[in-house]
Amino acid sequence: MEQFLTFGIVGLSTAAIYAVIGSGLVLTYVTTGVFNFAHGAAGMLAAFCYWQFTVGWGWPVPAALALVLLVLAPSFGLAVERVLMRPVQRLGEAERLVMTVALLSGAIAAARWIWNPDLPRPLSVFLADKQPFHLGPATLTWHQAITMTVAVAVAAGLWFLLNRTRTGAEMRATVDDRALVRLTGADPVRASRVAWILGTQLAAIGGILIAPTVALDAAQLSLLIVSAYTAAVFGRLRSLPLTFAGAVVVGCMESYLAGYLPQNPYLPGLRLAAPALLLFLALLLFRHPGLRHRDRRLVQVPAPSLRGTAVFAASTVMAGVVLATVLDEADLVSYGPVFSLGIVALSYVPLAGYAGQISLCQLSMAGIGAVVWGHLGAHGELWALAAAIAVSGAAGALIAVPALRFSGVYLALGTAAVTVVLDRWVFTLPAFHLFGLRISFFDQGSVDMSGPDLFGLRLDSAADLTVLAAVCLGLASLAVAWLRRGGFGRRLIALRDSEAAYATLGGNLLVTKVAVFALSSGIAGLGGALYGMQQRAVTAEQFNLVAGLPIFLVAVIGGLGAVGDGLFAGTAYLGPNALTGVASWTQNIVTVLPALAGMGLGHSPEGIVARLRRQWEPLGRDPAALPALLGALALGWVLRLTGAVDGWTFLLGSLAAGFALRAWAAARQAPTAEADVPVEWWGVRRPWRPEDGEVLTRATAGR
Amino acid sequence: MNALLELRAVRAAHEGITVLHGVDLSVGPGQVVALLGPNGAGKTTTLHVAAGLHPPRSGQLLLGGRDMTGVDPRDLARAGVCLIPEGRGVFPNLSVRDNLLMMTFTGRTRQEIEEVAYARFPVLGKRPGQAAGTLSGGEQQMLALARGLATDPAVLLLDELSMGLAPLVVSRLYEQVAEIARQGVAVLVVEQFAAAVLGIADHAAVLVRGRIERQGRPDGGLRDELSALYLGSSA
Repeated sequence: MEQFLTFGIVGLSTAAIYAVIGSGLVLTYVTTGVFNFAHGAAGMLAAFCYWQFTVGWGWPVPAALALVLLVLAPSFGLAVERVLMRPVQRLGEAERLVMTVALLSGAIAAARWIWNPDLPRPLSVFLADKQPFHLGPATLTWHQAITMTVAVAVAAGLWFLLNRTRTGAEMRATVDDRALVRLTGADPVRASRVAWILGTQLAAIGGILIAPTVALDAAQLSLLIVSAYTAAVFGRLRSLPLTFAGAVVVGCMESYLAGYLPQNPYLPGLRLAAPALLLFLALLLFRHPGLRHRDRRLVQVPAPSLRGTAVFAASTVMAGVVLATVLDEADLVSYGPVFSLGIVALSYVPLAGYAGQISLCQLSMAGIGAVVWGHLGAHGELWALAAAIAVSGAAGALIAVPALRFSGVYLALGTAAVTVVLDRWVFTLPAFHLFGLRISFFDQGSVDMSGPDLFGLRLDSAADLTVLAAVCLGLASLAVAWLRRGGFGRRLIALRDSEAAYATLGGNLLVTKVAVFALSSGIAGLGGALYGMQQRAVTAEQFNLVAGLPIFLVAVIGGLGAVGDGLFAGTAYLGPNALTGVASWTQNIVTVLPALAGMGLGHSPEGIVARLRRQWEPLGRDPAALPALLGALALGWVLRLTGAVDGWTFLLGSLAAGFALRAWAAARQAPTAEADVPVEWWGVRRPWRPEDGEVLTRATAGR
Repeated sequence: MNALLELRAVRAAHEGITVLHGVDLSVGPGQVVALLGPNGAGKTTTLHVAAGLHPPRSGQLLLGGRDMTGVDPRDLARAGVCLIPEGRGVFPNLSVRDNLLMMTFTGRTRQEIEEVAYARFPVLGKRPGQAAGTLSGGEQQMLALARGLATDPAVLLLDELSMGLAPLVVSRLYEQVAEIARQGVAVLVVEQFAAAVLGIADHAAVLVRGRIERQGRPDGGLRDELSALYLGSSA
């Protein structure tokens, strides 16, 4: 009984922290309409700063607390509002979500950069020197008591602010209709600022309270938030009392699982994954009416021509061949995955770009593909590659069924929960037997991989595998373009634009969603298998949530609607690593890059691939410049192969030739482009000229 | 006549395309002016210019004789301009009571506003805790109109009050509008459903392709011209 009580107290004090963090989430959601994935990351940064001040520099606790909570957290909140959120305010929910994911990814990378993750950073609890006191039969430490008191105070204060003050009403009204807020004499920008400041402060309080009881680790602290998400989802992201109830359920469950879960090799992961599992269940059980929104702007999805895509696919293969011949074995292991991870990124295009389903579990699907290949294709059997695609496709279909109930931010949450369950529990399981079938994942370590046997041709060198991955990426891009132009692609876009309209037109939501999840998971599985082959051996960590976020971000920046996104994302994700080869100090900058680029999304919502396409199109059409470019590239390649020039000269020379010829082609085609402005746009898209009036009069006089 | 709201030679554009080509309009205290015209004539833009939501390219916005061109909509609202926008001018996720709380910016307390609103629209008083987005269309419009009643505006701008509502509800809403005007408020109404508003309007202006084509008393001649305009035959 005493033990039960002790675990209960521990659970309740954890619950108090989750409640503080969860109510911060609810606050930001109801007052800004943003589900802040980076909420935990803000708490994590606050905990690190607090450690730096108190332990690192030895400041007194009250000074450190005041600086973190009253200066740093508000400034961070203000910066987030100004730099990240305001540019995407007019865009859709997905863009705002991406911003917070970028912030999460960036905060983790930045914390690892500033605070070396290999050093332990113990943080003592509050009033550690005071004796625990007794409350009835229970014993509480002062830290626990403080935590619970803070939680109750936060709850009461927030409830009063949101429900009983005009400031609270203004903050909630700002989410509904910013224009109308101004018409009622309030300032929407001020309301958003207050919301972000308060939200960040709550995250900081939570981070500082929880840091002493767990290890001070960037990723772990940021993802502790999964438990707080669960609490917030209990409150349907709106109700503070229900969020508190949810926090108590999660906190006590974690504590009792730690105390009473039987010891065996299958279950320790379950304890770590339990909050995510509960999050998924809570998402399934409660109905989630989204906020009633008015503004929704959807990005156009281009329909690429098959001929253009074929040219693109051929260039992808060519790029693979060039890379494979130019780079040495070690470099190919680092840069070869441009193509395999490109396939993983391409899997976002049908799912998120066409069907509008934001899934954060694509890299886990790639992990499943890799594991299947590792176990079944140990001797390079080609059918095992098909099996890898099929198994990950089936896993994707399995996720799609419950996902039918989610949309928007809830789907992102649900798939994030799936990823956490997979990488904390399922991927760590030892081998087991199910219905006579031996199922094993990463064998609690790493899985060795080998290349495939292509009809007697064993592809095993890094060069072979890079070309294989490039060919697969080319074919997959072509397949996705073909999909876009076909009936299924149109159905997916209809589904994205309006699920209700799609269903009333006779579309079957379940079938379509399952199909698109299966398809894109299959593509991701293929990418994962190829990635594994290139890496020779894979571990579960390579496929976890934190590893998957940068790939997602880069894919979003590229533009989820564009077929060229796969190659772009692979290149943009791995390409900057070349910098670290030249100067190793850039390593940390490179890890922060995807997040920084993601934050720039607000300025280019249609994606970079679309912009690149516009810029390079004149070159592709030019009868003189294109052969010149191909010739220059071929010449450079030959020079490189014969050893006349080194890799850097080849790369920079090719880029210089490309840009020079692009400018030349654009200049050659510029005059003809202007004549195409339709008559009704004269004076709007191009300046009105004196002779235009004459032209119009003549044209209409004959009627 | 001393105009409360006056637009002088207002020109306005949407993304480079000019939609208002010099609009002159004035509304005196207690006067109801109907701004009529076909789709895309620039009626809503005119109201947005008057409420400060859309800064004009040139021309002036005068409020009680003072130049208010380019003033923030927030400050215009505090100065007594009340725009009930097209669609429902309510915050859908806020309860009825919180929507009324948002109307306290002119200094009245929430209790006073609740009294006024519930007295005029008893149905709102029966469900103060309900989210406004779940009210019926007519009830939402009543809640929106309560802002015109409870904040003591000098100028009331109404955009398509009748949109999506039953004729009976529309005529009851316009009775309230007439009541507001009787207290000395200058009312400018944009309406597609001309018959509904011409009954209470003192003055009507017809806006076609960004220009006021005709204005005057809403008599038979103007009605004939209007129907010709809507039905497309050349008068």
